[in-house]
Amino acid sequence: MTKVLTDARSIRIKGRSFLAVVLSPDLPVEDWLTRLDDLASRSAGFFLGRPVVLDVNDLDIGKADLKELVAQLSQRNVSIMGIEGARPSLLGPGMPPALKGGRPVSDEAIAKEPVIELRNSEAEVKPAPVEVRPTLQSLVISEPVRSGQSVIFPEGDVTVIGSVASGAEIIAGGSVHIYGALRGRAMAGSLGNATARIFCRKLEAELVAIDGIYKMAEDMAENLRGQPVQCWLDGDSIIAEILT
Amino acid sequence: MGKVIVVTSGKGGVGKTTSTAALGAALAQRNERVVVVDFDVGLRNLDLVMGAERRVVYDLINVIQGEAKLSQALIRDKRLETLFLLPASQTRDKDNLTPEGVERVINELKRVFDWVICDSPAGIESGATLAMRHADVAVVVTNPEVSSVRDSDRIIGLLDAKTLKAERGERMEKHLLLTRYDSNRAERGDMLKVDDVLEILSIPLLGIIPESMDVLRASNIGSPVTLADARCAPAMAYFDAARRLAGESVPITVPNEKRGIFDKIFGRKAA
Repeated sequence: MTKVLTDARSIRIKGRSFLAVVLSPDLPVEDWLTRLDDLASRSAGFFLGRPVVLDVNDLDIGKADLKELVAQLSQRNVSIMGIEGARPSLLGPGMPPALKGGRPVSDEAIAKEPVIELRNSEAEVKPAPVEVRPTLQSLVISEPVRSGQSVIFPEGDVTVIGSVASGAEIIAGGSVHIYGALRGRAMAGSLGNATARIFCRKLEAELVAIDGIYKMAEDMAENLRGQPVQCWLDGDSIIAEILT
Repeated sequence: MGKVIVVTSGKGGVGKTTSTAALGAALAQRNERVVVVDFDVGLRNLDLVMGAERRVVYDLINVIQGEAKLSQALIRDKRLETLFLLPASQTRDKDNLTPEGVERVINELKRVFDWVICDSPAGIESGATLAMRHADVAVVVTNPEVSSVRDSDRIIGLLDAKTLKAERGERMEKHLLLTRYDSNRAERGDMLKVDDVLEILSIPLLGIIPESMDVLRASNIGSPVTLADARCAPAMAYFDAARRLAGESVPITVPNEKRGIFDKIFGRKAA
């Protein structure tokens, strides 16, 4: 059976980052839960509606015990959105999914909310070590981006002085500027920024995307090919126009 | 210390081996000591194009594994005193090519020869990355055709990332050698034009080798085209390319296949 698509609207696929609180329990779990209860009683509702990740990296725990721990936490209104550092055998249906690739953030990011109470009992919720990262807003690449290369810069704008080859891709949290031909893919506003734009000196792109809305080569007007073009988002559609 | 050149392309069948042999023979005719090294372990061809297939006793893998000395594996060309071949193994697996072994062999060759020309296998796997790893200069062989151009672009990206020079933060010198070029077909739009290829790859042009039967003929008699018939158009283009490699400045000419007298009179417009 062939499904007929009646709705021509495209599906949005976006990346988005959330700040989650990471809980790293230690053994014995009962004692840790007691200390957690103690913390919760002093800062009521801290975990309410917050995404919480359970870090079991340093925890020697079996599948049944882990399941019990998740249940205990959910009784306390702490809902676990994912488990970090668990062996695949520990997880399964009915358990939160595995998470990986988390990056530590400075505790300032969470500081807007009642972090003060947390300070009393650091043992429970370890604030991640403060990582000093320069705030990068733009990435400038002064040579051609070759086929097979992928530039991913969620922190801001990407500027390429040169061309982006067929089979190469640029993924930027902000806008994409290409002083050369765009023959590969360019994705702007990848973390959900509808005001991001794509600029290029010569449009021969395979795909352009802004804020998850994409446009393939064949959807682009023929008169734009080879022209200097800018693309932006108007509602749910990408507008492309010759740069004058 | 000699210069190490890798002849590479990503795509197969574009003329890496032919160009390695032709450039090697052209440089050797300048009385410089040249060795051409076949890195295509398991699918060796360079010995055939050099006409040395019956003289292979030891090969690159034997040297890497310490079963033979470098001097035992090197084959001196019968026509040119200063031209040598280090053949690849046909029976071994390319996994026998170890990074340490390759480094040792290349360093030894560099001490003895003015030019070490490495004929890379097609693809982007270990054979190709090892062939390019120690290069000072890369010759990227490309046909005027979209898939070859894109594969070359990919290889240029690897040259800028995976070579020793790149890892030391130095710039890899890269040159484009456009082979099998037919100006008539490019004019008709059947092929990419020189400018199109240069615009996409944006590396300097080393030479344009015209599509010619002479190249095939030379391969089949086991001779680099620059030795078989030094006067034919592809050979002259390779000689010019070799001079540019050696640092001379030679103006680039877009070659035109020689036409018969009838074509000259009647065929102008059709072209």
